Amino acid sequence: MEYIISVLTIAGIHSIMALSFYVPFMTGQISLGQAGFMSIGAYTSAICSVKFGLPYFPAVIMGGISAAVFGFLLGLPALRIKGVYLLLLTLGFGEIVRVTAINIDYIGGAGGFVGIPYQENSLYYVFGVIVILVIFFRRLKKSRIGRAFEAVGCDENSAEVIGINITAVKLTAFTSGAFLAGIGGGIFAHFGEYIEPLMFDVMHGVEFIVFAVFGGIQLFWGPIFGAFVLTIVPESLRFIQEWRMELFGTLLVVMMIVRPQGVIGTDTVGFFKMIFKSALGRKKEVGEE
Amino acid sequence: MFFQQLINGLTLGATYSLVAIGYTLIFGVLGLLHFAHGEVLMAGAFMGLYIILWSGLPLYIAFPLAVVATALLGILIDILAIRPLRKDYHLAPLLSTIGVTIVIQNLAVKLFGGYGTRFPDVIETIYYKVGSFTISSINIISLSVSISMMIFLYYFISRSKTGKAMRAVAESHVMAGYLGVNVDRIVLITFGIASGLAGAAGMMIGLTFHTITPFIGLTFALKGLVVMLLGGLGNVVGAMIGGLILGLAEVLAIMVLPTEINLQDIFAFGIMIIILIFKPTGLFGSKITTN
Repeated sequence: MEYIISVLTIAGIHSIMALSFYVPFMTGQISLGQAGFMSIGAYTSAICSVKFGLPYFPAVIMGGISAAVFGFLLGLPALRIKGVYLLLLTLGFGEIVRVTAINIDYIGGAGGFVGIPYQENSLYYVFGVIVILVIFFRRLKKSRIGRAFEAVGCDENSAEVIGINITAVKLTAFTSGAFLAGIGGGIFAHFGEYIEPLMFDVMHGVEFIVFAVFGGIQLFWGPIFGAFVLTIVPESLRFIQEWRMELFGTLLVVMMIVRPQGVIGTDTVGFFKMIFKSALGRKKEVGEE
Repeated sequence: MFFQQLINGLTLGATYSLVAIGYTLIFGVLGLLHFAHGEVLMAGAFMGLYIILWSGLPLYIAFPLAVVATALLGILIDILAIRPLRKDYHLAPLLSTIGVTIVIQNLAVKLFGGYGTRFPDVIETIYYKVGSFTISSINIISLSVSISMMIFLYYFISRSKTGKAMRAVAESHVMAGYLGVNVDRIVLITFGIASGLAGAAGMMIGLTFHTITPFIGLTFALKGLVVMLLGGLGNVVGAMIGGLILGLAEVLAIMVLPTEINLQDIFAFGIMIIILIFKPTGLFGSKITTN
């Protein structure tokens, strides 16, 4: 039972991280630095609870806020650049965070940060966050800012012409993505009790992208679905667990060839409607997407 | 001491240049950030190591063999992971090469272990004393090999028919296709050349540092990216000079900056972020603009 709970919690944290990649992606910004933001969130919340004795909830929120501050600061130069340049910027940021964390003795350096209080109710917190996010994304679709996100993601120039403040929209998206990653990091730190800089290197950041892309990045269900499937399936099959990363890599290549939009695309919505009909009740709006 | 470090910096920088040229060639021709390039380098280093270990061939035969093997690996990646992609989804090639990266790196960890593997001493390290400083023969060999490779590549791209076709494809796939260039073949050749250079860089890393791990790929890939940016995306000459600059700058930074913290890596990425913010076209001009 404990094992199942821990797998579900990790899957939940992964889906929060996959969503944190999805949010800036909605506005056309691809970030390879989400692991860096996760690292900032994890370390901040760990410092808050260990060094300052803050309770769990505010500590995690503090992690999110500090990641968001860095997200805002990185989002400013990110506004000016696109495509490959943005990839390189976020990649460089992630590495700088990791190398900096190794060199700071206050947070344990390369040895890692030990003794973070264990939160036994992590599972509930994780799913609480996911439920909030699902509600949020569903409402976002119909809101002014959500439509602005979509417009900027489709075509930045046209969006600007019709009067959308793309600076504000892109910065909001980037900062929110960082905030989510920070929350994910905070929860992760209090679930694992131990964090080290190596947990947040580039390849882990890439893993979150694999989750999001596998699930599909046209709808917010995609990243959640991808994270759960790609965490739970390898866990439940020992053989796959050993070859997990090779499987992920091959899966990513095959997905890109066969179905680049991910498992859940806009065309799977009909299928979705069927599954989530009872759970959500409002099938029409899903269908309209 | 200063000249000593100068030579070390140039040797390191020449390796960076070889990696960055590969990146910049592929970026120029496909507009793609070839994420798996560092892993190709790592695979090249290991292939070179095993060619030497198993066959016992001398370096001057083993080295070209390793370069050719790595070039074939690059061609394989193009055929399996790049060519079958549909053209309408711009993220697909990047994510596909990320997939290749994950596969190669994890396979390498399984095959060779996560710890360092000792690179065989194929050539005797001789130290030449010139005045007050010493140069090792390995430094001389890798520096001269990389620089001659770069000069050859420069003439290949600017003079040969294939080189001209590569530049035409970089300009526009469609137009080059209309003019009778076999675009797929040129992309394949580009992957071959870029990967071959990465293989050469991998071998040199093995010779210089004597130990290789499955994780050298990422380190040198990131440095290669910094250099590519420094030289300007798609700018081959820029990548050559940029590599030498970064190599020198890193070595000098170690001399000047305090040694108790590992600032070397932050230094490279700091340069990268500063360039991205203030001069995204790099020092020597870039093929594309930020818009």
